Amino acid sequence: MEFIELKNVFKVYTNGVSALADVSLSISKGEFVFVIGESGSGKSTLTKLLYREEKPNRGSVYVGGINVAKLRNSNVYKLRRKIGVVFQDFKLLPKLTVYENIAYPLESYGMKSDEIRNRVLKAVERVGLKDKLRSYPNQLSGGEQQRVCIARAIVNEPKLIICDEPTGDLDPKMSKEIMDVLDTINKDLESTIIMATHDKEIVNRMKKRVIYLHNGVLVSDKKKGNYIEDENI
Amino acid sequence: MKIFRIIRKNVKDAFKSIFRNFSLSMASVSCTSITLILVSIALLVTYNVNSITRSIEDVLTIIVFVDKNATDQDIENVRFQIESNSNVDKKEVIYRTKEEIKESLSEDEDLKSVFDTLDENPIQSAFVVKVKDLKKITDTANSFKNIPFVKQVKYGESLVNRLLSMFDIIRNACIIACIALILVTAFLIGNTIKITIFARRQEIAIMRLVGTSNTVIRMPFLIEGFVLGFIGAIVPILLTIYGYTFLYDYVGGRLFTDLIVLVKPSEIIYATSLVLLIVGGLVGMFGSLRAVRRYLKI
Repeated sequence: MEFIELKNVFKVYTNGVSALADVSLSISKGEFVFVIGESGSGKSTLTKLLYREEKPNRGSVYVGGINVAKLRNSNVYKLRRKIGVVFQDFKLLPKLTVYENIAYPLESYGMKSDEIRNRVLKAVERVGLKDKLRSYPNQLSGGEQQRVCIARAIVNEPKLIICDEPTGDLDPKMSKEIMDVLDTINKDLESTIIMATHDKEIVNRMKKRVIYLHNGVLVSDKKKGNYIEDENI
Repeated sequence: MKIFRIIRKNVKDAFKSIFRNFSLSMASVSCTSITLILVSIALLVTYNVNSITRSIEDVLTIIVFVDKNATDQDIENVRFQIESNSNVDKKEVIYRTKEEIKESLSEDEDLKSVFDTLDENPIQSAFVVKVKDLKKITDTANSFKNIPFVKQVKYGESLVNRLLSMFDIIRNACIIACIALILVTAFLIGNTIKITIFARRQEIAIMRLVGTSNTVIRMPFLIEGFVLGFIGAIVPILLTIYGYTFLYDYVGGRLFTDLIVLVKPSEIIYATSLVLLIVGGLVGMFGSLRAVRRYLKI
């Protein structure tokens, strides 16, 4: 079985909106995958299924051999400790410093403070924010805040990193920096990265696997693809 | 130890949250304080009512006066009949001759001078009888009236009955008030925690996303509720200790008449304070648990 496997997944929200229809796909360990499509195509829903923020109505979602669709609510945290999530809006805590934000997950797991320190410093080094540890999020640029978010996602060295439009709020230069950081993490940590985006430039430049969703249906899946705008392809 | 690190972090978080929402925390602390003051009053009243009831039970006796012409045999007969009543404890039937009664009454100087002017002892010999069940005292006293050579039967009649039923009402009212107030406090603290949860919803969402277990997410709120209840108990405890002592000294340990003796402060204030502290903490935690269950969708 592959690291991630979706089999005939359907997702309809309670308001009647159909987000995914009969999606099946598999992703191997260490892959870097773009999930593209217009707004409302089901990209975010697909990523949310992987970290069990949403449950499919039908079908199965396997992550690391576990069917997360059947995971009990009280056990979801165990899955999330193995997954790093990067958000478009960063989701940083404004009253905590960069160091505290990155250390936050580890503290809540009850890890020892010197172990936390080691891991935070390592993560900060990877994203290049060593001199900003004592800053608060509102003192940082958008790109820097996103790097803090990435550092928080990788601090526990997860095997899977899910990014939901991480460059959506950033200018092209900052986006490129963020993508370089993610690419390095993918290579160094051998983490699988799944990134939902509609940033055409990034997808075309990176030459990674591209999964294209349209109205909740998987339309194309190419190994070294480009951004697809023509829905007939 | 991992568990201690988590608890330490959560206690820190709880205190941070109390100070961050300071005005709200103070609002619920003052509500808790007011409630616990009332609980304290109810407890002190209940204690005193119980103690007064007990002391009345202790002093309340039926006096059975025996006819002057009764022989020793007749007196023994009266004793036998009194003792055979099921509401009478044999050990609590005491015969006092008129001389004994006169002697004890003569300890009072005024009465002694009255007795000295009289040629004959005007007092009758009597049995002093304690009953087991105070509520049946009227029936028991009436049954003694039919015994031969019994001249008169006396006891506190209507006063006793009225006092006892009044105490029953006071005690029950206090218990009901205590329970109602505790529920109100739990509700108030629950509301505060609800607002704390609301204020921290972003933080909670992030905690869930980064894989914090539900127990750890809930813990700071439970601790916060406990601490709020605990702080809320401080003022009521001080009032209990100093207020009750002051009141006791002010009225000289007796209320209205010498019959109603109040419980000494040292006997109840510390126990009451402990109860307030525990009730405050537990009620806070209970209120918080309710809010966490309802508003923390995890």
